[in-house]
Amino acid sequence: MNRIKQLAINEEGFVFDPLTGDSFTVNQTGLFILQKLKEGKETEQIVKELTEEFEVSQEEAERDLIDFVEKLRSYRLL
Amino acid sequence: MKKIYQKPVITKLQTGFMNKFGSSPLYARKVRTDIDGVPISELVEKFGSPLFVISEKQLREKYRQIYSAFTNRYPNVQFGWSYKTNYLKAVCAVLHQEGAIAEVVSEFEYEKARNMGIEGKDIIFNGPHKTINALKRAALEGAKIHIDHFDEITDLEHIADEIGKQIKVAIRINMDTGIHPQWDRFGFNLETGQALDAVKRIASGGKLVLNGLHCHIGTFILEPEAYGKEVEKMVKFAYEIEDNFGFKIEYLDIGGGFPSKNRLKGTYLPPDVAVPPVEEFAEKITDSLYSNLRPGDFPKLILETGRAIVDEAGYLITTVFASKRLPDGRKAYIADAGVNLLFTAFWYKFNIEIDREVQGSNEPSVIYGPLCMNIDIIDEGTMLPPLKRGTRLIFSPVGAYNNTQWMQFIEYRPNVVMVMEDQTVEIIREKEDLSDIERRERLPDRLKIK
Repeated sequence: MNRIKQLAINEEGFVFDPLTGDSFTVNQTGLFILQKLKEGKETEQIVKELTEEFEVSQEEAERDLIDFVEKLRSYRLL
Repeated sequence: MKKIYQKPVITKLQTGFMNKFGSSPLYARKVRTDIDGVPISELVEKFGSPLFVISEKQLREKYRQIYSAFTNRYPNVQFGWSYKTNYLKAVCAVLHQEGAIAEVVSEFEYEKARNMGIEGKDIIFNGPHKTINALKRAALEGAKIHIDHFDEITDLEHIADEIGKQIKVAIRINMDTGIHPQWDRFGFNLETGQALDAVKRIASGGKLVLNGLHCHIGTFILEPEAYGKEVEKMVKFAYEIEDNFGFKIEYLDIGGGFPSKNRLKGTYLPPDVAVPPVEEFAEKITDSLYSNLRPGDFPKLILETGRAIVDEAGYLITTVFASKRLPDGRKAYIADAGVNLLFTAFWYKFNIEIDREVQGSNEPSVIYGPLCMNIDIIDEGTMLPPLKRGTRLIFSPVGAYNNTQWMQFIEYRPNVVMVMEDQTVEIIREKEDLSDIERRERLPDRLKIK
């Protein structure tokens, strides 16, 4: 079950998890990735969109996405 | 037009908790782009990473500050440079130029001081393991020998017989100064009467002349009053010896143990708050001297301050080699230097500076070294923004004990440079290569791989 879909995310980067009651903040890039994950997009697609939206290389975007997803796992959001 | 990229960060909001990182709010971070005006990037480009950097300017300034704190208050002061704290030749040379004599604690260090050109009379010889050869050399060269135990008294008496003259000596004593832990393994204990027994033993032998007392109450002492107590007890004991045995105690060596602006693990307050200024120590020590010395008597006051002089003059530049995410969500960085070079990381939490401005909010991070050892951790919990590979982290203060206690384990030891007062940079210890490590090895013929 993709719990990301249950999250309440506002445009300022405030994230609420209705299951646990936990709140989070994300920065602009984090928010961008969360929205893509919520839409059910795959890693490759998200990396592509990151490089289109931001001034970042594919290598760095890919590395950071892996790290961000691991961080979401540690918060049990994935 | 694409947007500016920041590494993605998500942070859990917690309410009702104290900020356990005290001085590091979410966005506070320290940036260092140079050491004494020499850019970090230039240093690494020329001399590699990791890189130890010692500032000549800061070394001299610190020495002068501490020395004048004492000479402004007492007329007869001598500093002995504690070799074990950092015995790189360039460091010793700077401090000898400033006027320090040498304080050594082993045969190796004695040889090192002599090799530097320091005369025997300007060497204080401490330590529990002075070989017969070393003791004999020290006796012949007129070094200040500080006796640690009864066996050493016997050794020195044999040497006195052999060289046919009396030897001047001091004894090391230990005592209760109200601090914990009390160092009682070095020298003779005062309160139990052991120190007095040592004096009696020396007097009855007739071959040694007692002319000094030495004590060293501990390390990283944050309580100036402890030194006041130490001095009071030493002066009283000195007069007891002079009045009853006819020896003249010419000097009191009160040791070292003064703290630097470093942060002992488990200390909540930052060093600027927790560590008293050196003037406070000097005030307590000289107050105690004047309260207890007889009028007109000014025995030489010797100090062996090591850490307080050199620690803050030393930096280690390292490079973020890789990063990973730990199962508990913390960010982990692997630096190219670890406890192999920063032995003091076991006790101290260093100041960490980044060589550039980094976007993104801080998150709990761990900094590991390059060793295949679980204990290779430079900092187990600090707040850092997301760092790219290749970012330089500058650790300080690391001038004390690391260049003497570092270990050669699976990695070479790097260059050590000194930024000179005129902002030129000199290599003061060249980085190692395989030949340094294998030079003393012998491979039996029959084991050679054909």
